[in-house]
Formats: sequence, structure tokens, C-alpha cells
Amino acid sequence: MFAARCRELPASSLCSPDMSALIIRNGRVIDPANKREEIADLYIANGRIVGSKHEIRDPKSEIEQIDAKGLIVAPGLIDMHVHLREPGFSHKETIESGERAAAAGGFTTVVCMPNTSPAADSPSTIAWIKDRAEDVACVNVMPTGAISKNLAGEELAPIGSLAQAGVVAITDDGHCIQNHEVMRRAVEYARMVGVPVLDHCQDYNLVGNGVVHEGYWSTLLGLPGWPAAGEEAIVMRNILLAELCDHPIHCQHLTTAGSVQLLREARARGVKITGEVCPHHIALTEEAIQNFDTNYKVNPPLRSQTDVDALLEGIADGTLSILCSDHAPHADFEKEVEFDAAPFGIIGLETELGLFLDLLVHKYGKIDIARLIEMYTIEPARLLKIGAGTLSIGARADVTLIDPELEWKVGVDEFESASRNCPFDGWKLKGRAVRTIVGGKTVWKL
Amino acid sequence: MFAAGCRELQAGSLCSPENHMTTRWTRKDLLGLRELSAEEINFVLETADAFKQVGTREIKKVPALRGKTLVNFFVEPSTRTRTSFELAAFRLSADVINISATTSSLTKGETLKDTARNLEALHADILVLRHSSAGAPQFLANRLKASVINAGDGAHEHPTQALLDLYTIREHRGKIAGLHVAIIGDILFSRVARSNIFGLLKLGARVTLVGPSTLVPREFEKLGVEVSYKIDDVLPKADVVNLLRIQHERQRREYFPGLGEYIRLFGLTKERAKLLKPDCLIMHPGPINRGVEIDSEVADGLQSVILDQVTNGLAVRMAVLYLCGGIAA
Repeated sequence: MFAARCRELPASSLCSPDMSALIIRNGRVIDPANKREEIADLYIANGRIVGSKHEIRDPKSEIEQIDAKGLIVAPGLIDMHVHLREPGFSHKETIESGERAAAAGGFTTVVCMPNTSPAADSPSTIAWIKDRAEDVACVNVMPTGAISKNLAGEELAPIGSLAQAGVVAITDDGHCIQNHEVMRRAVEYARMVGVPVLDHCQDYNLVGNGVVHEGYWSTLLGLPGWPAAGEEAIVMRNILLAELCDHPIHCQHLTTAGSVQLLREARARGVKITGEVCPHHIALTEEAIQNFDTNYKVNPPLRSQTDVDALLEGIADGTLSILCSDHAPHADFEKEVEFDAAPFGIIGLETELGLFLDLLVHKYGKIDIARLIEMYTIEPARLLKIGAGTLSIGARADVTLIDPELEWKVGVDEFESASRNCPFDGWKLKGRAVRTIVGGKTVWKL
Repeated sequence: MFAAGCRELQAGSLCSPENHMTTRWTRKDLLGLRELSAEEINFVLETADAFKQVGTREIKKVPALRGKTLVNFFVEPSTRTRTSFELAAFRLSADVINISATTSSLTKGETLKDTARNLEALHADILVLRHSSAGAPQFLANRLKASVINAGDGAHEHPTQALLDLYTIREHRGKIAGLHVAIIGDILFSRVARSNIFGLLKLGARVTLVGPSTLVPREFEKLGVEVSYKIDDVLPKADVVNLLRIQHERQRREYFPGLGEYIRLFGLTKERAKLLKPDCLIMHPGPINRGVEIDSEVADGLQSVILDQVTNGLAVRMAVLYLCGGIAA
């Protein structure tokens, strides 16, 4: 099944391989999959990475050259947690606009979540998403399928058929299966089928109608609290089930110090458990909600400084191994309502790399840029078993050029995304993608 | 107009409103007590002194807001607060419209923003909002030219209730600073408690919260108050006890086992009332559950100032409408 998916990869890309050749000159090539970091030229022909200039077969065709001096030449970045909103919510985002946003953020592959309408719980919906992506998207779209029918957490979705239709993982993201028995069977079944399980960790009883972190600011403002234990209880459950079923469970958008500690201990004893971090959960704290601005309303919520510090340590020591955006577009009229009534979520594709570079690499020095690239390439590729995220010879030429020193200012009005629900408007950041290449073809440049 | 109102009032604190307006009151909205300074709170209370006098006259009406339109926009049910605002507006000669959740277009799916913008298009000058969502008044205040007065938003703030509580304490005890105020009951879900906490602390009172641990989480200590689960330890030290309504009709069962146990642990029974200092004030924002948070005899007893609170609410709300309405103009 995995092999089948891999074979499908080039075909599922929307940009047909560019038959001409490309040389990216003098960049700092960082390819964690091959433990490579050097100033070098990168050769691309027929949409794939080749070993040398001599392998560019058609000498008559024009060879495009890009001067990458001062830039990092990275494997195309993967964001394994985005909401593209199609089918069903095209007033928030479309596959087309979401993909343009991905390209503008430096991403060549995105993994989209199944909470669409209808939910991505059937092979036909997966086929529709893939077809749509092939027609309109400029980067690779890899759908996930639902774990449970209609994301209701009760009956299993046809996980085997979803895998055959090409999902890279199953998840009920936005929802969380509360019945541990249902979750256990889903994980066992996913093991047979060979797809990893991604989980949005939220205990509904503990969280109740919580909208912000339960702590100082929820107490002060009288907003219903979302306690850290509401996440940690499910992280603990997932650790137990990953161990019981001997199959990977990936905890999505982790936010609390307790989750980091649980994951650290479980990973140390070899449990197949992983965790991801979104930029807003390290860039902001619960304090941001004090003016009831719904662009700070996210699920899970912005946490305390202690939690932020623990996430940073978890990133530094490898406990948290994947970076992603949880890109969650919503229309202005949906967000511009009472805080309780507003939907959770913010967009992130066009700011996440800048935020992580600025905060993790430059400001806090928690990881170096090579590790940041790993967390956006081989870490998700390994978990999802997809043949992306490397500059190996013969690999698809998905490449992101990054200027790690470029200072820029976030401007929501310049976004490619169809939505504007972003709390980082006006932030000055250091470092960003400057060119995105998919299948050897530039799909976006600054 | 304000000059006219001032002549009518004949009250020292209001005689040169222009000066006061510019130097002591600059807000078009009253959203909560957290954002007010002690000076601003005291200024509202002083202004209310003048309006309280008006209520004792034969003609209880002043022309301060003549020609202004006030909309009582109550998305959550309320009788007491709405009536108090309505009467306050009448006494200031404003025109008043009442809109409730059931009569508004919110039930037809209109957003709060659109409803409010429609009201503004009708040239409403002051919007008094009661809403079940914390932050709803701020949401509107940021978007409307009209004054927005928070008449209670979720569990966030109920500033005019706290102002009238402060006014009542000050009236009976002559000061706020140094007094020890116990707020007893459901603090977690109470906007009255939060506004009282902010106001009392700013004016120098000591505040102890009392109630079941599920409804009085320790997190409140970070706001600068004390938390106690032993009412019998607190009552003898208190100068004021403010009892909050136990909203058993709304409360999820797991917050406390039942009313019987609540009364046993936290009810202000006749026996417990004997622990109070003789001059301790007993307050309650209403409506009272007689026999639950407070025994009937205690509610009607000599230490109770519950009806004074209602009377003072009118003066305080007149002051707030007068001050904010003047700024919006």
C-alpha cells in the first residue's frame, strides 16, 4: 500500500514535470535525509534531482539558472496539518487558494485534514480532493481520511478503502474520539492497513465549553476555561494505545508542559508516539486574549508561559519532532462575532516558517536551521511514509529556497489565502522562503 | 444641555460638567471596572451622590439626556437591571427602547454586529447591553460610535452592579479603604464577583472569596484576593458580606452535590449570622433564593442593605449614563 502511494506521488502532483533543466547555484544545500550540508550547485532535470550537470540530458533545451548565493537550498517543506476547507467550505478557503498560500510559505507538500463537508470519510471524497488538487493546485496535496464515520467518534470509517484511495494518514482532527475502545480498534486496524493515526487530543468532559486556557486570564475575564489536563488525558491515552497496538500515533498541535513530559517519557521507552507544534503556541501566550480578539481563539488554546517554555524545551531535545501550521481559514464574518460564538482557528501557511525561523533559530536559539528543516521534511515524511522531503538523486525536484536572514513584515492583505484570520499582521520576522519549486518548476517566488 | 441639567441638579459635583468631563471622565463606554482607575470609580460615585438627591425630590426628572435615545439591548433575560437602567434613563429625560433576545433579529440569525449597526443607523446614542458572552460589550464598543454600557457580559463584568455595591458600602461605612469584604457563593460564574473584586481592590478594601472549591478556584488568589472554604472563619472578621445567588437552575451538577449540602457548608443561616460583627453589612445583588444562600430573616434583618442597593442602583446608573452619554455627544 505504501509502495502504491509512492508510485502515485508524481502523478498526483499538479504541475507536470518540467522537461527543461534547472541549476540552483552556490546555495547552502541542506538535505537532512542524506546528512548533507554544503555550499553546492543543485541540478534538476525532467522534474527530478540529478547528480551532476552531465546528467542534464537535453543539451538543446534552455537551462534555467538560479543564483542561490546566501540562500539555503532545502528539500521542499511539508506541512502535515492544514485545512483546505474543500469540499464544503469554499468561502473560507479553496484547494487552489490554500495551495497558493502553501507555495508562498515555502511548502511543496501539504497534508489536508478531513473535517470538510462531506467529511473525508469515504474513498469518493478522497478521490474528489485529489482530482481537484490535480486540476488547480500548484503544490502536492496529500489528503488524510477520517478515523470515524462523519467524524462522529462512534463507528470506524472504511479505513482500508481510504488507504487504497490514497490517504497518507487517518485522523478525526477538529474532533477527538472519546471512546477509548473505538480508538483502540481504529489504531489496530490502521496498523493492518499501514497508515499512521493522527489525533487531536481533547477530552470533551474535561474541556466542556472551554474556549481559552484555564488559568489566570480565563479567571480574570470569566471566559470558560480549557484545562491543560483536557489535552494531557488524551495524550496519555494515545501513549497507552500506541504501546498496546504497537503502531504510531501522532499527537497533533500539542500545547502543554504535561504533554511534553508524557511524550518525553514514552518516547524514551520506545513507544511509537510523536508530537507536533504550531507556531502560535510558542509565539503567543494566553495573555493575548485579553481584548477578546477572536484571532487569538484557537483550539487547543494559547497557553501559559510555562507551557511555552516546555514546548521550546521539547523542540530542543527532540521530544516534539514535527512543525506545522494547523492552517485554519475562516471568513471575516464568521470570526467577527462574540468570543464564545467564534470558530476556533487561525491561518498559518504564510507565516509559520518565518515565525519558527525567527523564534526557534534566531531569537531563542533552540535549534539550528538544519534541525528546523528536518522537522519540516524527513520527520513528517518518515511518519507518513511519503517519498518527499529529500534532495536525493532521483527524488522529485521539490525544493524550497530560504533566506534565513531576510527581515520582513507580515501583511495579511498580501496573503494568497482566501482568509485573513491571522494575529500576526504587522509582525517583523527574520527569515522566510523566497522561492518554492515543485517538480523542478518555480511555483512561487518573492 | 448639560448646563441645563446642572442648574436643575444644583449639586456641587456637577456644576461645571465641562471641566469635570475633560479632566475626570473621558470614556464613552463603561465596559468594566478593571479598566477604571480608583479616581474614575470615585468620580462616578460622587456623581451618583448628586443624582441620589434628585430621586428624593418631588420632581424626579432632569433634562440631562433630553433628545437622546437609549437602547436597552438585553440578549440575556433580566428584569431588575433592565428596569433600573430604564428608570435611570427616564429620569434623565432620554427616550428608551427595550429590545430583548426574543424580539431581536438575533433569533433570525443576524449577527450581533449587524443588529447593533442597525440600531446605530437609527441614531441610538447609548446602548446598554446584557449578553451571555464575555467580551460582547467590548466587541460592540470597538465598532460603534454610540456609548456602550455593559449591563453584564457572561461571567466577565457587571460594572454598574459593582458600582452600586461600592456606593452602598461607602454610604453606610463612610469609606471603602481598609474594609474587609467577603464575597460568598458562586464566584467562578459570577460577573458581579469579578467587577466587585476589581472595584474593591482598587479602592483599597481587603477581599476574601468564600464558596465551594469548585466554584472558587485558587486561581483567584492571583487577582490579589484571599480564598477561604471555611465560612465560619471569615464571617467574624468581615465588615461586609456580599452573598451571590446560587444559580442552581443553570449549574452543572458536578459543581456541588446539592442545595442541602451547600446550605450546610456556606449558607448564611440565622445561626451563622450571629458570628457577624454587629455593624457588618449584608448585601446581595438579587434575586435572592431565600433559604439557600441566605435565610429569610437574615435577608430582612437590620444588617441587610439589600434594598438600599436597589435604590442606589438607580443613582449610580443615572451617573453612568450621564457621564458616558456626555462623552459620546
